Amino acid sequence: MQEIFRRLQEKREAARIGGGLKRVEAQHKKGKLTARERLDVLLDEGSFEEWGMFVEHRSSDFGMDEQKIPGDGVVTGYGTINGRLVFVFSQDFTVFGGSLSEAHAEKICRIMDQALKVGAPVIGLNDSGGARIQEGVASLGGYAEVFQRNVTASGVVPQISMIMGPCAGGAVYSPAMTDFIFMVKDSSYMFVTGPDVVKTVTHESVTQEELGGAITHTTKSGVADLAFEDDLEALLELRRFMGFLPSSNRAPAPRYQTTDPIDRIDLSLDTLIPSNPNKPYDMMELIRKVVDEGDFFETQPGFAKNIITGFGRLDGQTVGFVANQPMVLAGCLDIESSKKAARFVRFCDCFEIPIVTLVDVPGFLPGTAQEFGGIIKHGAKLLYAYAEATVPKVTLITRKAYGGAYDVMASKHLRGDVNYAWPTAEIAVMGPKGAVEIIFRGDIGDPAKIEARTEEYREKFANPFVAASRGYIDEVIQPRSTRRRIIRSLAMLKDKQLTNPPKKHDNIPL
Amino acid sequence: MFKKILIANRGEIACRVMRTAKRMGIKTVAVHSDPDAMALHVREADEAVSIGGSSAAESYLKIEKIVEACKATGAEAVHPGYGFLSENRAFAAALDAAGIAFIGPGVHAIAAMGDKIESKKLAKAAGVSTVPGYMGVIADGDEAVKIAGEIGYPVMIKASAGGGGKGMRLAKNDAEAKEGFRSATNEARSSFGDDRVFIEKYIEEPRHIEIQVMGDAHGNVIFLGERECSIQRRHQKVIEEAPSPFLDEATRAAMGAQAVALAQAVQYKSAGTVEFIVDRDRNFYFLEMNTRLQVEHPVTEEVTGLDLVELMIRVANGEKLPLTQADVTLTGHAIEARVYAEDPIRGFVPSIGRLTRYRPPEGVGVRVDTGVYEGAEITMFYDPMIAKLVTYGADRTEATHRMAQALDAFVIRGVNHNIGFLAAIMGRDRFASGRLSTDFIPTEFPDGFHGAELSAEHADQLVSLAAIAQHRLTAREFAAAPVAHRPSVPSDWTVLVGPPPRAQRQIHVQAGDDGAYAVTLDGTTRQILTQWTPGTGLFEAKIDGAGLAIQIDRNGTALTLFRAGAATEMRVVSRAVGALAGLMPVKTPPDLSKFLLSPMPGLLVSIAVTEGQEVKAGEELAVVEAMKMENLLRAERDGKVKKIAAAARESLAVDQVIIEFE
Repeated sequence: MQEIFRRLQEKREAARIGGGLKRVEAQHKKGKLTARERLDVLLDEGSFEEWGMFVEHRSSDFGMDEQKIPGDGVVTGYGTINGRLVFVFSQDFTVFGGSLSEAHAEKICRIMDQALKVGAPVIGLNDSGGARIQEGVASLGGYAEVFQRNVTASGVVPQISMIMGPCAGGAVYSPAMTDFIFMVKDSSYMFVTGPDVVKTVTHESVTQEELGGAITHTTKSGVADLAFEDDLEALLELRRFMGFLPSSNRAPAPRYQTTDPIDRIDLSLDTLIPSNPNKPYDMMELIRKVVDEGDFFETQPGFAKNIITGFGRLDGQTVGFVANQPMVLAGCLDIESSKKAARFVRFCDCFEIPIVTLVDVPGFLPGTAQEFGGIIKHGAKLLYAYAEATVPKVTLITRKAYGGAYDVMASKHLRGDVNYAWPTAEIAVMGPKGAVEIIFRGDIGDPAKIEARTEEYREKFANPFVAASRGYIDEVIQPRSTRRRIIRSLAMLKDKQLTNPPKKHDNIPL
Repeated sequence: MFKKILIANRGEIACRVMRTAKRMGIKTVAVHSDPDAMALHVREADEAVSIGGSSAAESYLKIEKIVEACKATGAEAVHPGYGFLSENRAFAAALDAAGIAFIGPGVHAIAAMGDKIESKKLAKAAGVSTVPGYMGVIADGDEAVKIAGEIGYPVMIKASAGGGGKGMRLAKNDAEAKEGFRSATNEARSSFGDDRVFIEKYIEEPRHIEIQVMGDAHGNVIFLGERECSIQRRHQKVIEEAPSPFLDEATRAAMGAQAVALAQAVQYKSAGTVEFIVDRDRNFYFLEMNTRLQVEHPVTEEVTGLDLVELMIRVANGEKLPLTQADVTLTGHAIEARVYAEDPIRGFVPSIGRLTRYRPPEGVGVRVDTGVYEGAEITMFYDPMIAKLVTYGADRTEATHRMAQALDAFVIRGVNHNIGFLAAIMGRDRFASGRLSTDFIPTEFPDGFHGAELSAEHADQLVSLAAIAQHRLTAREFAAAPVAHRPSVPSDWTVLVGPPPRAQRQIHVQAGDDGAYAVTLDGTTRQILTQWTPGTGLFEAKIDGAGLAIQIDRNGTALTLFRAGAATEMRVVSRAVGALAGLMPVKTPPDLSKFLLSPMPGLLVSIAVTEGQEVKAGEELAVVEAMKMENLLRAERDGKVKKIAAAARESLAVDQVIIEFE
C-alpha cells in the first residue's frame, strides 16, 4: 500500500513539472507563467480539483511513442473564483508547445460537458502552438469536437477565453465562439495565418504583434475584448470580471452587498450636458456616477469607442450598459459600433442580465465606406438584438436621439420597458438645421428665414415633450436622480416575463 | 449702508465678496461671461447679468458693460475683486462719473501705484527704501543690455503695467537681457496692451513679504501685519502665510510704518498691499503697491480676526475705520495654499476640463475659498485657480499639520491639479523650519516635481490600509458566493506595490469587531480602526489612535492611495499569488525622446526651425501659447529635425506631436 501511495506521489510530481524545468524556465523568461501557476492566480487558493492529470496521447508516429508527458499539454478541472464554481482548462506550452492532440482535446471536452451539466462557466487559458501535427487528422477532429461544444454551450454557460500565448490557425475558432476574449500584451497573438504565409501570399511584411497582437485585436479587429499588461494583471481582472456574470442561464448573477445608497443624488449630473449642443461630453462619467461604487467593467474599451458596453451593478445586481459616447464620432452608430453593441446585447439577453441603454445618438455615420461595408445589415444587427431581447430594458435619452438611430437604441417601440429622457433630450427625425433645409428647401437662399424656421423646429422637436406626449417616453427625469430612477425601474422589472414565439432559432442578419 | 453691490469679478473672489455682503444684509449682483453662465458666483448672487463674450477682454474687462449692469440693477457700489478691472483707473473714473461707489482706493491712488516706475518714485519720496534700478522707459534690446550692465547682473526685466508674474524675465548676462527684453515686451503687449518694461537689480535669495494696509476716507491708515509669500513658482505665489516666520517685531514695525507712510502719501482709502523684498539680513526694499484686495488676504483675516471685505465696503461707504493700530493683534498662524488646475508632473502646464469630482475638505481650522462646484467647468479663458485652501492653528506647526491633512482629504477629479505638489511642500523640512526664499521651489524641486517620496512610516500605513480595503472587498465578494463553496477570508496577504517589478510586502490582517483590525507588517503591529466601505473615495481611519483621512481610488483590482503628495498603486493578493509576481516582465515605456510633444493644450504660435535643420540642446524650437502665457519649447538635446508635424496658428492637444527628430 505504501508503495502505491509513493508511486501516486511520484506520478503527480512528474505531471506537475510539465515539460521539465528547462522549459518552465524558458516560459518564465518570456514573462509568462506556467499553466498551473496561472490557475493558482485565477482560482481561489486550494480550490482546484484536477481531472485527467495522467492522460497521455496515443500517437506512435514520428517517434511520439517515445515522448509521453502526463497531462498531454493541458491542465483541466474545476475550482472556484471568489467561491463560485468554474471549469477551467489551461494549456501548457512547456509540453509539446501546448499543441492540441486528440487526448488533449478530449480533456477539454470533458470539462465542457460537465460545465454544461452543472451550469458553470468555462474559462480557457490558451497557450498553444496549434495542432499536434504528428497526429494529423486526429488533432483536427479534436478541434472540431471542442468547436461543437463551444456552440452547444453558447448561451447556456458563459465561456471566456484568455489568450496567453500563441493561438493560430484553426485554434482561433474556439475562442472566437466564446463570449469574451481577453489577451495579454506582447506575449499573446491570434491569427488564422501567420506572418510567413501572409508574406508568401500577399507579399505584406508584418510582425506577429502587428498582425494579431493584443493591441491589434482590441483596437483594430475587435476580435478581443480587453488587453492586459501581464499574466498577473490579466488573471486578477478576469477574477473580477467573473463576479459580474451569472454562472449559467439558469441562475442570476451574484448579488453584491453595497453601502452605496440606491437613492443617491448626484447634483453634478445636472451640468453634464454642455449648453452647446455640438460640444461633446463624456458619457462614461454618467455611467460611473450611476453604478454602485463607480465600479464599471468596460468591455471592448479600445474598439468602436463611439459606443460603450460593459457591466456595472445597480443595488448590487449586475446590469449591462450600452451607451453612445459623444466624445467619439459624436456617438453615431456605424458598422463597428453596431456589431459591438449587438453582440453585447445578445450576451445580456442570453444570461438574463438587464440592459440599461444611455442614448445620445445623432444618427448613422454616412459615407461610401459605411454603405459599401454593409451598414444596412450591420446596423440591423443592433436593431434586431434589441428587438428580440426579453430581459428588462431601461432606456435613458440624455441628449440627441435622431432618426433611425432613435428607433434602434432600445426605443419604446422595441419593447423598451421604461424609457426615460432628460430635459435636454431632443427626439426628432434629424437635427433642426438639416430638417429645415429639407422641409423649407425653397427658403435656402434666405438665411434669415432659415434661421427662423430652424428656431421653430428646435422649439417644436428639440425637446423630450413631443415624444413624451405620444407615450414614447415614460417620464422626463432630472439628471441628478438618474440612479434612483433606474434602480426603481429595475426593481419593478425584477420578475418580468416575456417570451418570444417558439421557433427553432431566429435568423439575425449576420 | 449700500443696499446692493455689484461684484465685477468671477471665481472664488466673487463668491468671497458676496459672502460678506450677504452677512451685512447687502444684495449682490454678479456679472458673467458666456462660459461662466453656470458658474458658482452666478448661482450665489441675488441677481446676475450676462455681459457676454468669452475672453476677459470681451467680458470682465468691458468697463461700459459693467457700468450698464450697475445701472440696470440699481447697484450702488462695485467691488472689483482682484485682477480684471481692480486696478484700472479708467474703471474707477467711469464709476465715479456714473455716481457709483468704487469699493477700492480712489482713482488717484490707483494711478499713482499702477505704474511700477511712477510708484517707485513716489515711494522714494515717501521715505520708503527701494531696490536699485532704472526707472525710465527702455527703447530696445541694446539699451536694455547697456542699462543691465550699469546696474550689474543679475537683473530683472519687468513690464511697467505688469502684475501676477506676467511680463517678467530674469537675465544673468547680455544675451539673456536681450532675449528677456524681447519676450517681456511681447508678453506685456499681449497681456496688458502696454509694452513698456523697466529693469532693476535682482536680489538673490530674497523673501517676499508684504504689508496689508487699510485706510479710510478720513485720512486714517493702519496696517494689519504682514504676509510671507516667498514660495512662488515663476513669480506666481503658491503658498502664503501670516505672520512671516522670519520677521522680528522691530522689522515688522519698520515695514508697517513705511507702508502706512506710502499709503498716506496717496490718500489711500481702502485695502491695499505694500510688497517688499527682504534679504537675509532683514533689509527690506519696496517692490510695489497693490491697490486692491489680494488673493492671499484670508491669512491676514485668520490671524487678525477681521473681515477685510467688510472693512472695504464700510470705508467705501464713507465710514471711519472701526479700529486703530493699537487694536490690531496677530493671533496664531494661518497658511494658504493655492489649488490650481495644472499638472505639476508635466511642468505645471494648465489643465482644463470638467470637475467630475470636487469635495473640498472640512474641519477645525480649515477654510476653503472656492469658485467652483462638482460638475463645474475649468475653462481655458481664465486663471486656472480652483480654490484657496487656508488653515489656521495656534502656531505654525499646527497650521502646517492641518494643511497637510486637509490636502490629503481634498478630492478633485476630472482635471489635473497641484494638490500633491502642495502636500509635498508641506512635507519638506525646509518648509517646517521656515527657511523660505523665492527660490524655494527651484531649489527644493530642481528637476521639477515627480510625485513626493513617502516616509517609511507613511508608506507602511498605506500598505496596511490597502490590505484592509482588500480584506473588506474580498469578504464582500465571498459573501456573494453560494454557501457550499464559500471560502474564508484569509489573514495573510501580499501587497504588491507599484508597477512591475512590484515590491512585495507580506502582511497579516486580523479582523476584530466594529471595524477594528490588527495589521502586522515587518514585525510591527498597528491597531487600525475604520468604517471604510467599498465605493467611498475618502478612507478615514485611526492608526494607533491617530486619525487620518486619505483618498483611495479603485481601478479594477488595483487600489491607489494618495497621501502627502504621493500616489501609490497597489494590488493586494494572496501569498501564493504574490510569490509569482516577481516572474512578471518589466516593460520599458516607448521612447518619446524623438518627438517634441505639446506639453499642454494651446495655440502653436510659431516654429523656429525647419525640416532638415540641425538643432543644439537648449535652442528654441517652438512657442506654444496657453492661458495667455507664451511657453518657449527648447531642444532637450542635439539633433536634426526630421519632420514638422504641426503648423503655426494650429490648436494643439496635449501630447500632440509638433516636431519629429531623426
